Amino acid sequence: MVDPGWYMALAAALFVIGAMGLLIRRNALVMFMCIELMLNAVNLTLIAAGRALNDINGQVAVFFILVVAAAEVVVGLAIIVSIFRLMSTASVDELSELKG
Amino acid sequence: MAEAVIFVLMAVGALAGALTVVIARNPVYSAIGLLATLFSVAVLYVAQLAHAVAAVQVIVYAGAVMTLFLFVIMLIGVDKSEDRDERLPYQRPLTLAIGGLIVIVAATLTLAGFDWVPAATATSADATNGTVERIARPMFTDWVLAFEATALLLTIAAAGAIALAHYRRREG
Repeated sequence: MVDPGWYMALAAALFVIGAMGLLIRRNALVMFMCIELMLNAVNLTLIAAGRALNDINGQVAVFFILVVAAAEVVVGLAIIVSIFRLMSTASVDELSELKG
Repeated sequence: MAEAVIFVLMAVGALAGALTVVIARNPVYSAIGLLATLFSVAVLYVAQLAHAVAAVQVIVYAGAVMTLFLFVIMLIGVDKSEDRDERLPYQRPLTLAIGGLIVIVAATLTLAGFDWVPAATATSADATNGTVERIARPMFTDWVLAFEATALLLTIAAAGAIALAHYRRREG
């Protein structure tokens, strides 16, 4: 059996890559994918910790995170599409409509 | 031993996919990289006996969510090249430095045998064997309120998405 620490380290690496992508990229869609990456890293942590602690509730929590992530994707992509309709761009640098 | 081999293979796949998401210029490549990561993570779930969660991961994430992503990429258009100029002066170097630092610290701690899960007990494969029945029991007893709340959330999200899709800018 692989030590849960290795799963934790992999999840940490995935989370950091996702966070870095969120900070570096300027395309709203790619930033969104980076958020999904971070959610997945957290799910992996929960599953590994649940197994290490002999607790099935870790997997139940992952289930709920999956549902909330799906709802988040639905609304987020709808927002991105309607922004694109209004502004013809998906770059977050261009979205400065509120600036006086 | 088998789990170690699977872990190494899938960890490489997941990290390569994640790096593709961040580095690729074309959003379609990013989406395919994300797909690779999602599948690798699903295999890691199976390796940790979370069978039901792995199935849901493939069906919901790799199936529905990625299809939605690809549809939106097609809708928005992939031929437009992203503006790669960074307008915040220290954003990239700082991001890379802090991110690299976190990864190095995590890798060092793991290699040094750091105890990530302090209260970890001797694992019995039986207690965490994530079949549908095993997951359903806590979900519909201890977590039933959260379950109802997520049901409500999904309904609201679907209604909100439809409302956003119908939005038109007022003329004049």
